[in-house]
Amino acid sequence: MLVLPGEEIPSQGLKPGPGTYRVGGKVYASVLGLLSPRPPTVRVIPLSGRYIPKAGDVVLGTVTDVQGTFWLLDIGAPRWAPLHMTGTPWDVEVGETEKYLRVGDAVVVQVESLDATGRIGVTMQGEGLGKLEGGTIVRVAPARVGRVVGRNGSMIQTIVRHTGAKVTVGQNGRIWIDGNPEAIERVAAALRMIDEEGIRSGLTERVESYLTRSGPSSDRGPAVAPRESADRDAPPAPNDSDGERSESREEWE
Amino acid sequence: MGNVGATEVPVLLSPEGLRIDGRRLDELRPIRIEAGALHQADGSAFVEWGANKVMAAVYGPREVHPRHLQQNNKAVIQCKYNMAAFSVDERKRPGLDRRSQEISKVIAEAFESVVFAEEFPRTSIDIYIEVLQANAGTRCAGLVAASVALADAGIPMVDLLPAVAVGKIAGKIALDLKKEEDNFGEADLPMALVPQSGRLVLLQMEGHMTPDELAASLDLGVRGCREIYEKMKAALRERYAATVPSGGTP
Repeated sequence: MLVLPGEEIPSQGLKPGPGTYRVGGKVYASVLGLLSPRPPTVRVIPLSGRYIPKAGDVVLGTVTDVQGTFWLLDIGAPRWAPLHMTGTPWDVEVGETEKYLRVGDAVVVQVESLDATGRIGVTMQGEGLGKLEGGTIVRVAPARVGRVVGRNGSMIQTIVRHTGAKVTVGQNGRIWIDGNPEAIERVAAALRMIDEEGIRSGLTERVESYLTRSGPSSDRGPAVAPRESADRDAPPAPNDSDGERSESREEWE
Repeated sequence: MGNVGATEVPVLLSPEGLRIDGRRLDELRPIRIEAGALHQADGSAFVEWGANKVMAAVYGPREVHPRHLQQNNKAVIQCKYNMAAFSVDERKRPGLDRRSQEISKVIAEAFESVVFAEEFPRTSIDIYIEVLQANAGTRCAGLVAASVALADAGIPMVDLLPAVAVGKIAGKIALDLKKEEDNFGEADLPMALVPQSGRLVLLQMEGHMTPDELAASLDLGVRGCREIYEKMKAALRERYAATVPSGGTP
């Protein structure tokens, strides 16, 4: 059920959780989102808004500032995230940070730590993390990332299978696409569909039908599995309409 | 809109009790609200209210600029209200002026009392209001647009903030003045309401009213705000209808 800020929530004795507040024994929504009663609390899952970082999330960022020992990254969160030179796979000398990453460069990093002041610690050490070269980055609403990935990665696998593009999904709603220009455009169009239609049911089928229609002739008919699509790692945790974000890394090739 | 002679005082109220545009005293101008009108912003809204056209964009919470305004325990709320040079008949000199600074300040303060700013320390929530066409009541139209834009941006807050002005024309209290009524009327009283608590978080006044008229105006304004509140909610529901699972439990 969609609720708006200021609307009273039937709390039925549940405690006010995230996205709600209580005044005089009544519970109200504080954000626009979906009502989700989860005893012993009731909460509202936001449908919009900036990316709220969570430890373990893999996100895409762009460098906004270069300092002597660290870079500042825009990951679409309320604050910029400092990436320290010791958190990279490289052996960086103090003062030589700019040799590795410059303002405007795109990177894949993982959120490591968060503190009460909203400071976000990120690292670039880990599989699938690093600097991005080539390709295109598109954005979807962070609340829609679960839908982009799909249950057990079904949605993103469908997109990759039909286009042959290389796609990396950041939990912050930034998605890197690489491949031939036509494939990139088809992936971007499919992502726009998901962004606009959100969590309505039957979306995977509609996206698949779009991809089939828009694809090159070689792509039509029975879906041809692209190279390496079969021996992919275990798919990520399921994502359903309650907006729970998956924990594992989303990377498909 | 129709060009009323600037020097001649128009008849603001007909013998039948109808106003210049045919409205009754307690009637609002037509309002249309579109949530999410801009793609780039975190949240946005476009409001057409009578002959007013107002766009609002919200960015944030994001890094504070300029830095020294940063607060360690909460987000700062910054508002910039601006009227386009072409928004009025006679070209408005572009840029900051005393009026727009005042309106920016009172709107930012109205939102400070409803936004849960403690949730985002050291950040800024930036509200931009651009008046594209003005016909009296633009601070209220701007507030309504900004409020819908904040909800669209997923900012946590106590409630949406409907706003309306009540005025006095030809000796009578009237809801939602249009330009001629504002220019030739006797008083103008803009207000913004928190429907959840019934509190007013913006109240300004120009002109003269008796205490009884003021009390009546507040009643009328609150009723007007509640009417606008429903339109604001409808606009947000329409915007997000496509993203909600059709039927079933969440």
